[in-house]
Amino acid sequence: MTTDTPTTNVIGRPIDRVDGPLKVTGRATYAYEYAEGGKAAYGYILGAAITKGRIVAIDSSEAERSPGVLLVMTHRNAPPQADFGPPVTPAVPEVFTRARPVLAGDRVRYYDEPVAFVVAESFEAARAAAGLVRIRYKREDAPFDLRAGVENAYRPARANAGIPTDTAVGEFESAFAAAPVKLDASLTTPFEHHTPMEPHATLAVWSGDQLTLYTSAQTLANIQAGVANTLRIPPDRVRVVSRFIGGGFGSKLIAHPDAIFASLAARALNRPVKVALTRQQMFANAGHRATMLQRVRLGAGSDGRLAAIAHEVWSATARSEEFAEQTVAFTRSLYAAPNRITRHRLFPIDTHRGEWMRAPGEAPGMLASECAMDELAEKLDLDPIELRIRNEPDQDPERKVPFSTRNLVACMQEGAKRFGWEHRPAKPASRREGRTLIGYGMAAAIRGNYLGPSAARVSIDAKGQVTAQLDMTDIGTGTYTILTQIAAESLGVPMSRVRIELGDSRFPRTAGSGGSWGATSSGWALRNACDALKQKIADAVRASGTGSADDLASTVARIAPNGLSAEGTVTRGSEYQDYSQHGFGAHFAEVGVDCDTGEIRLRRMLGVFAAGRILNAKTARSQMIGGMVWGVGAALMEEGVMDPRFGHFVNHDLAEYHVAVNRDVPNVDAVFLDEHDDKANPFGAKGIGELGICGAAPAVANAVYNATGIRVRQFPITLDKLLPDLPVVSV
Amino acid sequence: MKSFTYERAQDIRQAVTSVAARPDARFISGGTNLLDLMKLEIEQPKHLVDISRLPLDQIDETPDGGLRVGAQVRNSDLAVDRRVRSRYPLLSQALLAGASGQLRNKATTGGNLLQRTRCYYFYDRNMPCNKREPGSGCSALQGFNRMHAVLGGSEACIAVHPSDMAVAMTALDARVETLAPDGRSRAIPIGELHRLPGTTPQVETSLQRGEMITAVILPPPPSGRQIYRKVRDRASYAFALVSVAGIVDAAGGRVRSVRVAMGGVAPKPWRSPEAEGVLTGEAATDRTFTAAAEAALQGALGHDHNAFKIALAKRTLRHTLADAAQG
Ligand SMILES: Cc1cc2nc3c(=O)[nH]c(=O)nc-3n(C[C@H](O)[C@H](O)[C@H](O)COP(=O)(O)OP(=O)(O)OC[C@H]3O[C@@H](n4cnc5c(N)ncnc54)[C@H](O)[C@@H]3O)c2cc1C
Ligand code: SF4
Repeated sequence: MTTDTPTTNVIGRPIDRVDGPLKVTGRATYAYEYAEGGKAAYGYILGAAITKGRIVAIDSSEAERSPGVLLVMTHRNAPPQADFGPPVTPAVPEVFTRARPVLAGDRVRYYDEPVAFVVAESFEAARAAAGLVRIRYKREDAPFDLRAGVENAYRPARANAGIPTDTAVGEFESAFAAAPVKLDASLTTPFEHHTPMEPHATLAVWSGDQLTLYTSAQTLANIQAGVANTLRIPPDRVRVVSRFIGGGFGSKLIAHPDAIFASLAARALNRPVKVALTRQQMFANAGHRATMLQRVRLGAGSDGRLAAIAHEVWSATARSEEFAEQTVAFTRSLYAAPNRITRHRLFPIDTHRGEWMRAPGEAPGMLASECAMDELAEKLDLDPIELRIRNEPDQDPERKVPFSTRNLVACMQEGAKRFGWEHRPAKPASRREGRTLIGYGMAAAIRGNYLGPSAARVSIDAKGQVTAQLDMTDIGTGTYTILTQIAAESLGVPMSRVRIELGDSRFPRTAGSGGSWGATSSGWALRNACDALKQKIADAVRASGTGSADDLASTVARIAPNGLSAEGTVTRGSEYQDYSQHGFGAHFAEVGVDCDTGEIRLRRMLGVFAAGRILNAKTARSQMIGGMVWGVGAALMEEGVMDPRFGHFVNHDLAEYHVAVNRDVPNVDAVFLDEHDDKANPFGAKGIGELGICGAAPAVANAVYNATGIRVRQFPITLDKLLPDLPVVSV
Repeated sequence: MKSFTYERAQDIRQAVTSVAARPDARFISGGTNLLDLMKLEIEQPKHLVDISRLPLDQIDETPDGGLRVGAQVRNSDLAVDRRVRSRYPLLSQALLAGASGQLRNKATTGGNLLQRTRCYYFYDRNMPCNKREPGSGCSALQGFNRMHAVLGGSEACIAVHPSDMAVAMTALDARVETLAPDGRSRAIPIGELHRLPGTTPQVETSLQRGEMITAVILPPPPSGRQIYRKVRDRASYAFALVSVAGIVDAAGGRVRSVRVAMGGVAPKPWRSPEAEGVLTGEAATDRTFTAAAEAALQGALGHDHNAFKIALAKRTLRHTLADAAQG
């Protein structure tokens, strides 16, 4: 569907991406492609070859003499920057905006941490010169061992986003002890990496004391503040531009070394400087999800009703900067049970900081909870859907407030019908087609709905052309398109008359893209701006005493020949205290497992979601499918392998860090149930992006169990973990 | 900058002379392996001789009913050649199981044979590696060695040869035709092209410096059904954990002839005369195939993360051979 469609009921339609033609014809400009400010110089970052210790000698003289080299920066000559500060910031939002100095001293805190930076006339010259920097280190021990870490874990003051570390309701221990049916299951998940297609990259251009950064970012205000704080300059001297982004998955919410180095070097050389992380550097320097151990204990009556739930996690965190993924927080809202505890624990290791990755919390956490529910269902001889229905709460089980909407049961039932759940092999390892074992699995999905303070500006000219500006980003999700729909419908103009301008920190500030709150937060602000604009037009019409013409363009032409503009804002209201707000869903997966080799292949997958009103049926479906595909990867292949001897990620490229490719996801579909959440926002919409991955991995894992009768508790489930228990079938 | 000079070869002999003349010169064909290695500064040639436009891109019939595959024939073209698909289906299957469509469009027959290992530590210049820096030690031996060899490795190196195509060619008894700097041409049995690491893992082939692969000769296909089975962590775009090239002629329920080769398990494409010996002349039963699989992995040595390959290879062999015996 294209943009020449009507002006009413535009929201929700499956409109094609308005930026699609630019992208597929190569005319969408990405950070590293900008050529502003004249001929750029190219930077290359040299990473540490040890995990922990000190630089005792560094000799850059040969690098400096290398052809084409303009600058070699080490900790000895790096420009002064603000201090990094303590591992935990005093206030939650400072995590996003704190100074992140580079080359700040002789200490090495993690493998591949930048230790030198070379700028040259070409990327190749800079890289070759970086190889000539001679460094002597004094190594320190940097042990890494998950089990030992768990024993020495500590309790963080808060989890990500200020979420409480622990909760307790009722008397878990005694209720669990007394429960007739018990499950106590632990599992581990590996380091995972964001691996967006576009690497972290920045072109920095100074004009006087004004800095412009063309970069790849999800949230411009964070980058602006982070760079300004690092350089100790006022934020309004930093302009951040990020119009097109080749994926982020949470790894582009804060400033990374590319932005800091480019800014410092461009100032020192008085010339634009470009810096990109290499694919290999992204594994250590651009965030990851930490490895963790989870334990779930469920105590149920013989009728399947839960009396006790405990969900605990022990996660690795960087010693230099704490990141406590809220892995077990969703359990507080998912199933009913009178007695419950949740706990987050951390153990420090010598890596770079963890970052917000693909549904932080739910993505790894639901693997534990939803596999445990599957195991419990089997113990109780109940269908996994029936078990979940029996534990459906009528209000938020810990906060004791109503859900704004909650259609988990409807999702499971609709999904079961569409998927053919009744054909699920009743007993594990009971169905074989040729040499392939077949299994079905399902899991629930939940993801919190959030709102971030946002603003938007919209203007209309005498020709009826509407332009909206927000510092929002479109990281590939369809933001340009849904904002076009919202403006068109709000103002009653065709979409072809609407131009959405995003990705410039000079535009009104939004919450950015992260936590699945971008569409609703910036969409609501834009709608308020449109309402304000309509009000302005109406006021002007009234003041002119002429009445309004048929169409908006001629009205504006008459009453305001220079056009009009208005701003709108939105902030979080009391609905977030009064209601428990989440999107829900149910995933269904069918896998085939080769009975000889143990190879696991997804055959088909379906997700059914209830997440408020859908703003664009096409881009929303694409997002959910994308999330589900990441879930397949998390279940079956994604794993950053750390070599404990060196502290480095061994498989740091896309040939060896496996994500699902097309052939791994042959048949994946996502559907939405009709829903309207009137507590969330005027659209009745909720955040959706991350919901697609929540519960996707455990649905696949449960299908593997159903196919093989083997429960693998060390993710990802690769064939080597099935083989020892996979019976030999005669040929 | 690590600059290098580039020469587009017009003539086969001239190309050989150019590379032989300088120790730091390399042939470049599709470049899909060499350029990656250059970007990571693992290979640092000073001179590249581009042989991709030499007239070596033909697949010709040989008088005895085999095929002569020019060294510059692209993997994609070889895979879809009608004669290859009908006479050497396992070669076509092996090629299509490798890399991705884009890579296969660039990759050549000669380059594929000479692609280097994907050992993670070989690819990382901060890590000790005997193959990259002789004498520095092998990081994989005590490190993460999930993809490494269980057969044919040494204390110095346990890297595997990653090619799928070469495994199929090994089962087909292919010969590798070369032109040496002294102007002589020779045909090397494919089993003698790659060398086991021993104490010199940096020496990977029996080619002399400057010796160019000009063609691969495929003898007439042996009788029997051909299957290439590649086992991998994802459905596409992943190197083999284990692969099996099997050709079994079991007409009448008895194995008349058989060829067995494996990939992903050794520093070179691994032919198994042991398995072939166990099978030849025996009844085509599960027991025989199981015994053959055991024989093929006799003496296999697992390390911390790759011991599963031994069981995996046996299971894959057993089933693939049984499958091929179905005729
Ligand atoms: C991400 C990725 C995934 C891959 N997956 C697979 C896979 O699953 N299975 C698989 O088998 N392969 C796989 N490959 C490897 C691919 O098959 C090889 O890179 C390719 O076959 C090499 O051929 P080329 O012509 O590009 O060689 P080049 O890169 O041009 O050359 C490779 C080497 O051979 C030498 N050389 C080339 N031609 C000749 C000649 N005629 N005579 C003498 N020396 C020569 C060069 O000097 C160089 O040292 C993968 C590669 C990548 C990058
Ligand atoms: S296995 Fe071979 S290639 Fe790998 S690190 Fe050891 S010596 Fe190097």
